Amino acid sequence: MKKIFALALAAAMSLSLVACGGGGNTSTPSTSGSQPAGSNPAVSTPADPNGDGTVLVGFAQVGHESDWRTASTKSAQDVFSAANGYELSFVDCDNDPAKQLEAVRSFIQQGMDYIIIDPIVATGWDTVLTECDEAGIPVIIIDRTVDDSDKYVAWVGSDFKVEGLACGEWLKAFAADKGIAEINALVIEGSVGASATIGRTDGFKEIADREGWTILDSQSGDFTEAGGQEVMESFCQSYKGQFNVVICQNDNEAAGAMTAMDNAGITYGVGGDVILVSFDANKPYVQMVCDGKINANFECNPMAAPTVDEIIKTLQAGGTPEKEVYVSEHWFAAEDNVTSITVNGEQQEVIHATQEVVDGRPY
Amino acid sequence: MTKKKLTQNPLFLPLVCVVLVLAVNVVYDIAQGNAFYDFFRITMQASASGEQLLSGRLVTILNRGSEVAILAIGMTLVVSASAGTDISVGSVMSLCASFCCMLGAGFGVSAVNDPSEFAMPLIVGLIGALVMGCVCGAFNGALVAYLNIQPMVATLILWSAARAIGLLLCNNLIVYVRVPQYQVFGGYIGFMPTPIIIAAICIVVVSLVLKHTAMGMYIQSVGINKKASRIAGLNSKRIIFMCYLLCGLCAGIAGIVNSSRISSADANNIGLNMELDAILAVALGGNSLGGGKFNLAGSIIGAYTIQAITTTMYNLGVSSAVAPVFKAVVVIVIVVIQAPPVKAWVRKHAASRSTGKEAAHA
Repeated sequence: MKKIFALALAAAMSLSLVACGGGGNTSTPSTSGSQPAGSNPAVSTPADPNGDGTVLVGFAQVGHESDWRTASTKSAQDVFSAANGYELSFVDCDNDPAKQLEAVRSFIQQGMDYIIIDPIVATGWDTVLTECDEAGIPVIIIDRTVDDSDKYVAWVGSDFKVEGLACGEWLKAFAADKGIAEINALVIEGSVGASATIGRTDGFKEIADREGWTILDSQSGDFTEAGGQEVMESFCQSYKGQFNVVICQNDNEAAGAMTAMDNAGITYGVGGDVILVSFDANKPYVQMVCDGKINANFECNPMAAPTVDEIIKTLQAGGTPEKEVYVSEHWFAAEDNVTSITVNGEQQEVIHATQEVVDGRPY
Repeated sequence: MTKKKLTQNPLFLPLVCVVLVLAVNVVYDIAQGNAFYDFFRITMQASASGEQLLSGRLVTILNRGSEVAILAIGMTLVVSASAGTDISVGSVMSLCASFCCMLGAGFGVSAVNDPSEFAMPLIVGLIGALVMGCVCGAFNGALVAYLNIQPMVATLILWSAARAIGLLLCNNLIVYVRVPQYQVFGGYIGFMPTPIIIAAICIVVVSLVLKHTAMGMYIQSVGINKKASRIAGLNSKRIIFMCYLLCGLCAGIAGIVNSSRISSADANNIGLNMELDAILAVALGGNSLGGGKFNLAGSIIGAYTIQAITTTMYNLGVSSAVAPVFKAVVVIVIVVIQAPPVKAWVRKHAASRSTGKEAAHA
């Protein structure tokens, strides 16, 4: 009996290993980008025809949980290509903090020139970053933050509060143009405690307070379509006829909110009763802006790699990069009545989402 | 006499609990100056496409509670027969939904927006999902019934693996199947939300089978004493196996409903933590998690109680950050009300009061 038990457990373990694998191995990406991760664990010799020194870059990515993450990975693979004089060691950490620490240590052993980390968790980094520091390898943090160590040269990511502020400023300009006197907003927040949720909520609320808008209710939809749908269904029952703006803190929630409003017979988008605003601006949802279903979409740019590339070039030239660098982000609107807004005293463009704009989106 | 009978009905306490939860809304509506029946108002509402749809908080509870109610059917039988819980149902839901959408869309395709783009007819995907549910259930059942592995350990395997397999099937993408034929399972048939109909069919079929065959009795007897049942001539192992198989099938149905609501297979999020809701539903229904006697109707009421709590939180506008705390408090109250010592105390108290009354009369 015990033998069978052991056998079953072993089978189970191998099953879960098969299930969780597929993305965990270190591999050098082919330039075509189509090579599946894990199929070629051997590190090939760098293509270095000119002998001018290929830059070795190690990237410990969070995982592959969303389209956004996939875009972030692809951005890194495109930028740190052999053609650009880089050799990238990419590790997909499958959302496992221990695996990420291990990946960073292996980068140190392999003698990388630069290490890029998108930290899965914000704490527990001091020891390993000190090791990097002692090995003389500059570390660049992207997207998420490290809270308990400052032994990295730069952080590159999104300013979520600016996204929220931009949303508020756009709404103000849009309402003024359309002659909408009163704003009664419903907010479908992201996951409780996520930095994107906090930043976007704070930013929008700041403008709402300043302009004297009413936020009728604010509930979490957990960044999922199902969550957005359920919350919006409830909002429709509680506040039917009382609201004219719905803010969804990511695209998936907006999709759910649209289904719920369809069922409740509430019209939204261009020419609708309700102004629908979304964040993230993934390509299918920029398409919806173009189609007039979503009034405005505020990008959360996953393409940190080009900025990291600039930082590495600065470091190569002996310069000192700024400690915090924000990636540039775009705002998309379905109509062309608002072309620019002022966020934090800075003039920013609002892009009118035409089919041409949508087709030009990389993700 | 009738009162005594009523309170001794096993469904009495679960019903009291759901009524208590709903009563909170009445109090809230009165305090808000609304009509006291606002929460219970059911109306017909025109959708954007002009159809008349049933709408209202009660409809929401029945609609959104469907998945947990369907899961609770299988979970009740599993708990009864094996004195253990199947913690894999949430992940299995995700796997079945992913499998269904993957079959329909074709591997690696991330969106289907028109029926003509289907790689395989939708019916293949639906049947595939149900078969996948049965396979997962059979896997769990075989480990528990024939290899005598602890139910929690056995189902822990699929709890962790099923969702990951689903992700692999979907090539790590969210697969969108935005066609009306698929959306109908989470949408509406006529004016009626389809999930309510599906849940009702599941409940009726299983209840009829349990009522008109000896299956219900067999399951209870296996749960009370496996060895004695075997000696009495029951095939205990097969009965336990069948319960897990049915639980897997229920998870498959719930997975289809849940993914159809969002017309996509979001393998990371479908059925997340729903196994816990299903187990809670069984417990709230007054069933012992130690196996043996069970009450299916109680579990179903438990499932809708959980949804009633969620919907109440939305109605009261409780912030998402603190809602779990309120939920926990409500669950504690419900579980305490149903705890045997509390029941015994109430009974004793009631008895002494009634004897006191009789003494006064005499």
